[in-house]
Amino acid sequence: MAITLNINGRDMAIDADPQMPLLWAIREKAGLTGTKFGCGIAQCGSCTVIIDGNAVRSCNTPVAAAVGKAIRTIEGVSENNDHPVQIAWQDLTVPQCGYCQSGQIMSAVALLERTPKPSDNEIDKAMAGNICRCGTYPRIRAAIHKAAELGKA
Amino acid sequence: MNDMHVTRRNFLKITTTAAGGLMIGFSLPRLAEAAAEGGGGEINAWLTISPDNIVSIVTPQTEMGQGAFTAVPMMVAEELDIPWENVRHVAADANRHVNNNNLYTTTSTGGSTTVSRRHPYIMQAGASARERLRKAAADRWGVALETVVAKQGMLTSGDKSGTYGDFAADAAAVTLEQEPAIKAYGDWWLLGKDVKRLDVPTKTNGTAVYPIDVTVPGMVYAAVQSCPVPEGRLVSFDFEAIKAMPGVIAAVEMKQTKDVAAFTDMRSGVAVVAESWYQAKNALAVMPVVWDNGRGATMSYESQTAEAMSLISKPGTLVLNQDGNIGKNLDTGVNHDAVPGLIEASSKVVTGEVYSRPYETHSTMMPPCAVADVKDDRVDVWTFTQDIGRSLNEVADQLGRDAKNVFLHQTQLGGGFGGGFNMFVHRQAVAISAAIGKPVKVIYSREEDFAQDAQRPPVWGTYKAALGDDGLPVALVTHFVGEEKMPAFSQRGVANMPYLVPNRRHEYSAVQSHIPIGYHRAPGANSTGFIVEQMVDELAQAGGWDPLEWRIKMTEGNEPWQRVLLAMKEKSGWTTDLGRGEGMGCAVVESHGTIAGCVANVTISRRGQIYVDRLQFFINSGFVINPLNAREQAESSAIWELSHALYGGLDVRDGRVVNTNFDSYAMLRIADTPPQIDVHLEMSQDKWWGGLGEPAGPPTPPAVANAIFYATGTRVRTTPLSKASL
Repeated sequence: MAITLNINGRDMAIDADPQMPLLWAIREKAGLTGTKFGCGIAQCGSCTVIIDGNAVRSCNTPVAAAVGKAIRTIEGVSENNDHPVQIAWQDLTVPQCGYCQSGQIMSAVALLERTPKPSDNEIDKAMAGNICRCGTYPRIRAAIHKAAELGKA
Repeated sequence: MNDMHVTRRNFLKITTTAAGGLMIGFSLPRLAEAAAEGGGGEINAWLTISPDNIVSIVTPQTEMGQGAFTAVPMMVAEELDIPWENVRHVAADANRHVNNNNLYTTTSTGGSTTVSRRHPYIMQAGASARERLRKAAADRWGVALETVVAKQGMLTSGDKSGTYGDFAADAAAVTLEQEPAIKAYGDWWLLGKDVKRLDVPTKTNGTAVYPIDVTVPGMVYAAVQSCPVPEGRLVSFDFEAIKAMPGVIAAVEMKQTKDVAAFTDMRSGVAVVAESWYQAKNALAVMPVVWDNGRGATMSYESQTAEAMSLISKPGTLVLNQDGNIGKNLDTGVNHDAVPGLIEASSKVVTGEVYSRPYETHSTMMPPCAVADVKDDRVDVWTFTQDIGRSLNEVADQLGRDAKNVFLHQTQLGGGFGGGFNMFVHRQAVAISAAIGKPVKVIYSREEDFAQDAQRPPVWGTYKAALGDDGLPVALVTHFVGEEKMPAFSQRGVANMPYLVPNRRHEYSAVQSHIPIGYHRAPGANSTGFIVEQMVDELAQAGGWDPLEWRIKMTEGNEPWQRVLLAMKEKSGWTTDLGRGEGMGCAVVESHGTIAGCVANVTISRRGQIYVDRLQFFINSGFVINPLNAREQAESSAIWELSHALYGGLDVRDGRVVNTNFDSYAMLRIADTPPQIDVHLEMSQDKWWGGLGEPAGPPTPPAVANAIFYATGTRVRTTPLSKASL
């Protein structure tokens, strides 16, 4: 059925089953492939997007639950790859294979919007849902602190 | 096209590009022979210089986060002498590679070899290009070749100057009388410096393309399942039961052609094809499927462990000094049969208990996935592979096509860790595409990934030693049990351990199973290191030695090890005397030609919770070309192994993997990450080239386990450590 999703500030009309997980609507229907599939059960965070300011696992969120809400994906973080989180990620060479990093960045963006200067403990809590098999966690932690500094400027 | 001349067995082929630039292909001996026989018309390129002085450098190895797409361009740019900001990366064309006698020598990406083993011919490509540019400038300016300097993208002689791009077309026609030698350490201007990986920016905005992201017009989606008990076969499936489900298009049987499917062979299974992947997955989940589970149906990890414990209690097969590195320190002058007698006769015997490591899985964040578009005249594939050339040939072979018409496109990989050597998802994708006549994207569910992965095999090990009056071992018998499909995985790091015990005997036994196994970041060393390096601590303790001093003493004269061990002593703040609940442990493991030492600090809470407070690494790989990337890889492999040490462990029951997603197979997360990880590169520099993508992993679990011992007095002999009662 016809469904309208607001993704990165734009309304998109898609034809989808309302129970289709939002992840697949974003990837297959909207053609935004920066958001990744990792586990399908909201355990790894590769599929993280921001819905109305909250970091959400899109792999087990039905499309119907996202209708009428503001969905942000990695493609909507900045025009020029220059959001403070992206700059910090680049400066500290956080990504390795990079597959989980869209989800990591979305969780970090949501954290910093709510908590502009997070402690290590707050970072650990906010990022607990995102697995990185390359083990970039030390750099993620440092990059969030750096992004907090950049965001203040 | 300008024909080039063979200057020696390593020769070059050069031509001008359509844009008027210079394209230089470096050819290897096998290609040279083919060319001499008249087959050398093809261009085979490592680098292209455009008129505006931008250099595009080709990488035959895959990028999975380890830095190949930066390391290869760095090695070429070092010799070419071009500003790093002028360098662009280009993925190698697998079709060109396989159809030109393996033009790039190999596209295989593993064993931490991209720099350590491949630098001679990669650097040569850059050196050859530079010398041709100098000759072209000398000829045009009418000056002596010796006066022409090639530096940072500029050619100069006296008051004359020009860019590489200005001379690229001329250089294409140049013949060198002699190929230049590559630079030695000390002459480098780029290698040895911190260089950020070129792929990083594409991985902060979602633009990096992985196989799972590729879209082909008209493409449909497939979910797949092979027998949940590996080696089992599909008997039947009932497509009628699901064909009315939304979006469902077809079900396709995937036929296994070999009796036992090994490595990348196709396994018997079934795919459901639909308009969306989630529709395909949902339909497959409810489609009635009948399997013949085969010989593995009653096996469990518990039964396998019982078998291993039985084997290890009896004498095993004697391993001798043979088979390359395996057993290189098992002195052939020793009467191995006499060693047990020496121990029996000793008054100071140390009898080890049995140590073990369980199965682990790769669980790359990107599950196995591939896109295939099989047409009558050509085949296009994007897939999860650590060897684009081999996968291309497998596709051609499976479809009975000429490899010239098969195009396997290199993408980013969402991890690898050895897992990309054993996948068969490319075979499934082309089989499905051929069957339905449409392009298809195959994605494994995480559960299917865990069930079918070529797992890291379990290892069991024990020892018995006799100590001399000085407390050091005079005789040692080790007995390790491994998986019969990969005997080396249970012997690396033990048979060839560097500690020089005068009388050694190493025995080996094997268990068999139907569980597929494969390369898993630092294979072998990742498990045996846990056993050997705790054995060492037990021996040191029994002999009254400090464990670090014991290692220093037992590797006397071994410069690469001494450099690491002495740095650990000087810089780590080493002590075994800490407060209650706190411990410091050390371990050193050599793998991939690199010696990696780890010092771990842990705190154990009153409730027995393990906190890894700090990890310090001391690494000697001989040379290092990019210290930044080396540190990244050390952190990465350390956390990889810490994850398995604290949380890993696959269970197998009724022949199938039981924990098949991240809810039941726990991973290290950010809160468990040590607050401090220090990486010290202690390089011998002018000696040799070791790998850096894996070696920091193996010493991590034993260093943590040794630290736990000093914190609690409890020795934990298996993983996951988090399940130990402390």
